[in-house]
Amino acid sequence: MKSIKKFDYYTILEKITPLIAVIIALLVGAVVIILIGENPIFVYKTLFSFAIGNRDGWGNVLFRATPLIFTGLTVAFAFRCGLFNIGGEGQMYIGTFLATWVGFTFTSLPAIILIPLCILTAAAGGALWAAIPGILKAKTGVHEVIVTIMMNWIASSLTFFLVLKFKATATEAMEAVGAKQMIPHTIEIAEAARLPRLYPIFNFLNIDFPAYNQVNVSFFIAIGVAVLAYYILWKTNLGYEIRAVGYSPLAAEYGGISVGKNIILAMMISGAFAGLVGTNEVMGFKYRWRQDLFTGLGFNGIAVALLGKNHPLGVVLAAILFAILNYGGAIVNIFTEGRIPRELIMVLQAVIVIFVVISDEVVKRLIRQRRKTV
Amino acid sequence: MFGDIFNAQFFSSSIRVAIPLALAGLGGVFSEKSGVINIGLEGMILTGAFTAIAATNFSGNPWVGVLAAIMVGMLLGLIHAVTCITFKANQIVSGVAINLFASGITVFFSWLLFGETQIMAKSSLPIWGLPLPNIGEGSVFVRNLIVMFANYSPLVYLTIIIFVLSHIILFKTPFGLRLRSVGEYPQAADTMGVNIVKMRYIAVMTSGALAGLAGSFLSLEQAHFFVKEMSGGRGFIALAAMIFGKWTPFGTAGAALLFGVGEALAMRLQGVLAIPVQFINMVPYLLAIFVLVSAIGRATPPAADGIPYEKEIG
Repeated sequence: MKSIKKFDYYTILEKITPLIAVIIALLVGAVVIILIGENPIFVYKTLFSFAIGNRDGWGNVLFRATPLIFTGLTVAFAFRCGLFNIGGEGQMYIGTFLATWVGFTFTSLPAIILIPLCILTAAAGGALWAAIPGILKAKTGVHEVIVTIMMNWIASSLTFFLVLKFKATATEAMEAVGAKQMIPHTIEIAEAARLPRLYPIFNFLNIDFPAYNQVNVSFFIAIGVAVLAYYILWKTNLGYEIRAVGYSPLAAEYGGISVGKNIILAMMISGAFAGLVGTNEVMGFKYRWRQDLFTGLGFNGIAVALLGKNHPLGVVLAAILFAILNYGGAIVNIFTEGRIPRELIMVLQAVIVIFVVISDEVVKRLIRQRRKTV
Repeated sequence: MFGDIFNAQFFSSSIRVAIPLALAGLGGVFSEKSGVINIGLEGMILTGAFTAIAATNFSGNPWVGVLAAIMVGMLLGLIHAVTCITFKANQIVSGVAINLFASGITVFFSWLLFGETQIMAKSSLPIWGLPLPNIGEGSVFVRNLIVMFANYSPLVYLTIIIFVLSHIILFKTPFGLRLRSVGEYPQAADTMGVNIVKMRYIAVMTSGALAGLAGSFLSLEQAHFFVKEMSGGRGFIALAAMIFGKWTPFGTAGAALLFGVGEALAMRLQGVLAIPVQFINMVPYLLAIFVLVSAIGRATPPAADGIPYEKEIG
């Protein structure tokens, strides 16, 4: 058997299906760009050179990748238990809002207590919000996809209500948005609740890095959480049970594993990851809750997880790729004076998702056929 | 107070709110009866809503808008069908991808074609119905009757016809029997010579067409504008209505009406009770979860729902 495996091009093919999907999506994008009447080579060159051509670009990319790692892990972790948690958006809203609330309420605490407290609150908020669809799925069998989507809308309304309760004074809020539009804001979190940015570290190492760059310590939290997700899934009993339920709930049940308990736990851990988005967006960036701060991050997490094949390492790489596309797309939008809308990137992400699942299926079939003939 | 809320206008606004949910839910019925889960209804509604406004504004004729919305819905249905039926990929993932695609492509084109993300409809369909008597002359009773039953967009009457036709097609024709057999027991249907791939393609594209029509009603007739993400979870509420309606056209229509009443009631209560508007906005979503939980144990999906058909060879 070993000798067959050595020359099995299909297993290699299976590993690189995401790459094929990305290339196809970029080609589709090129066609769209030509149809708009722009030059795709110029567009892609601008996109990549600004995103990863210099340190400032990389900083921006990692800053944008951070929340995507969290929401990507949200989807990937639940997927390992056979659950499709598309409620990352709502879990992120609740976790982040609660963390913000802790941040501007317990202002007298020192940083060494307040920062961990905010991080734990963010995770707990997300976990609690995800527990509801988890419990409903475990106890009644209601499909988690519809419930989590409904919970997203409820979370959005709930936080909107809460933000008006803790609204910043008019002058402070207007200052924050340049007095142009009034998007509801909370007051700012305490200095002691803020995560440091990375440029002092670069300065310390004598590496030239712009001070305005927003990449912050939350990126390392995201990497840590990815390692944690890997550890839980593949190195603990809990992870073994969760994956067993994901493979086959019936077999797991027969083997003495409680399906319901693992569904609820997997949802809660998955939701906790989503809540942690607040460490980047509020604790490391805006220092306040803003209602429009992170629309869509939860949904981008789905694409990130699928592209990363629901593996923590894959999620990190996919998040960085999507961050490159997002940041580069925004730059291209400015460069072409809006002739290439940045939503092109959203379209590309959807194309990537469709081709990842299609090429996965096709390769799986090829492998199965080959096994039969061998 | 009771009479202020439950009047003829309340009845007709319940119906108007229910129409997109009912149409998209019926789309779900067709797709799932054939064995394909369609989570992409949400994106199909959204794309339909955008297309209806765009085509209406370019052609000046709202009927062109409605037709274009149906065609675009079918096109998205075709993509879902190719991914799920031909390539046998995960149906939920494909549906989610269609929703992502729809969110992107609608905003993409509204920037490209109109330079903004909120587009007003330049015209909408005429109201079909009996002329409303002035308050002074005709009696209030006649006026109310007309408001309740004969003063709607043509799409409302069309929806009723579509539901009756769908019931007949699904449950009274050989075609419907084949469609249902494909979703219940495809192996048996295959042995009887039913073309499973063809039946599922037809069903999924029909569901796309219905969701596109739902979108056109939402933007052209209800809101008179398009704004990004305006579908607002209706595709998923429609799925909840489908489940609560036990995968039948009339059951789905009834459940959609329940949502319509709930949402219309919430809108009415806004002025009467001192509840913050954000809590009123939660009502449809809470109702959907509640309805789903209560439907469990009573509702059984088609047996082969969500399972790609594998022909056994050898």
